[in-house]
Amino acid sequence: MSTEDYLKDISEIKNMMNKSSRFFSLSGLSGILAGFYALIGAAIAYYVVSISGKDYLILDGVTFRWVLIDLGVVALLSIITAIWLSARKAKKNHEVLWNATSRRLIGAFLVPLVTGGIYILIKITSNHYGLTGSLMLIFYGLALVNASRYTIGNVQYLGYIEIVLGLICAMLPGYGFWFWVAGFGVMHIIYGSLIYFKEQ
Amino acid sequence: MKNIISNINKAFDHRIRLGIMSVLMVNDFADFKTLKELLGVTDGNLASHAKALEKDDYILVEKSFIGRKPNTRYSATKKGREAFQKHVDAIEKLLKQ
Repeated sequence: MSTEDYLKDISEIKNMMNKSSRFFSLSGLSGILAGFYALIGAAIAYYVVSISGKDYLILDGVTFRWVLIDLGVVALLSIITAIWLSARKAKKNHEVLWNATSRRLIGAFLVPLVTGGIYILIKITSNHYGLTGSLMLIFYGLALVNASRYTIGNVQYLGYIEIVLGLICAMLPGYGFWFWVAGFGVMHIIYGSLIYFKEQ
Repeated sequence: MKNIISNINKAFDHRIRLGIMSVLMVNDFADFKTLKELLGVTDGNLASHAKALEKDDYILVEKSFIGRKPNTRYSATKKGREAFQKHVDAIEKLLKQ
């Protein structure tokens, strides 16, 4: 065998190791769009709260319900976009969207996220909702760090940033909204763009 | 030099067998369908190369049923991991020369 053959072998080994343990079709564009959804959703929430005449939220008020629906729509749109664009990218890469790697990725992502979601709901129903923004950022960050092992784009750094934002947010009560905008809106757009341009 | 070449393992001298081992080095196990998709090979091709590796005791084959569907699961044995590592080290040494 020649040197060239050996080089080919090594690159094949690396390729197979990566391909079998990481999900490659994560779409940068879906990150950018998720950021914009978050910004639009935040603007709507800001507007809804401001026309209610109070600058704080009452738990069983109509306003709060609207904000929750708003948040739900943002989350749903982000998920649908992520699945749709990843499916498109997977097809282009001749990769299967639903394979052992993507299943592991979703599992690693969902465990911290669902735990956090349930915890936040428990806190909200017992009227401790002051830290909701901070908790969302922290648990989302942990989910990203945990899932980053199974995908590309160094997603763990985005996770660390979200965690730090969440912790700072916990120290500055009353600014949860703005930290949420920074973490879910601005950071997604910046990070999504980084991945997007790397893809090109 | 001679020493290095003797560490080059003939068992891994094929793209599909090399691929199977690479996947199994970084995953605890992989089933037939996953391997097939990753390597982009036909059923028969994968089966025969997996068989060869099994014969050398480099991989472990477990057959079971998920519901009514037969499922074949592969994992690397300790011997296989060591042999593959030696093989990769030998190639890297050769390339450095």
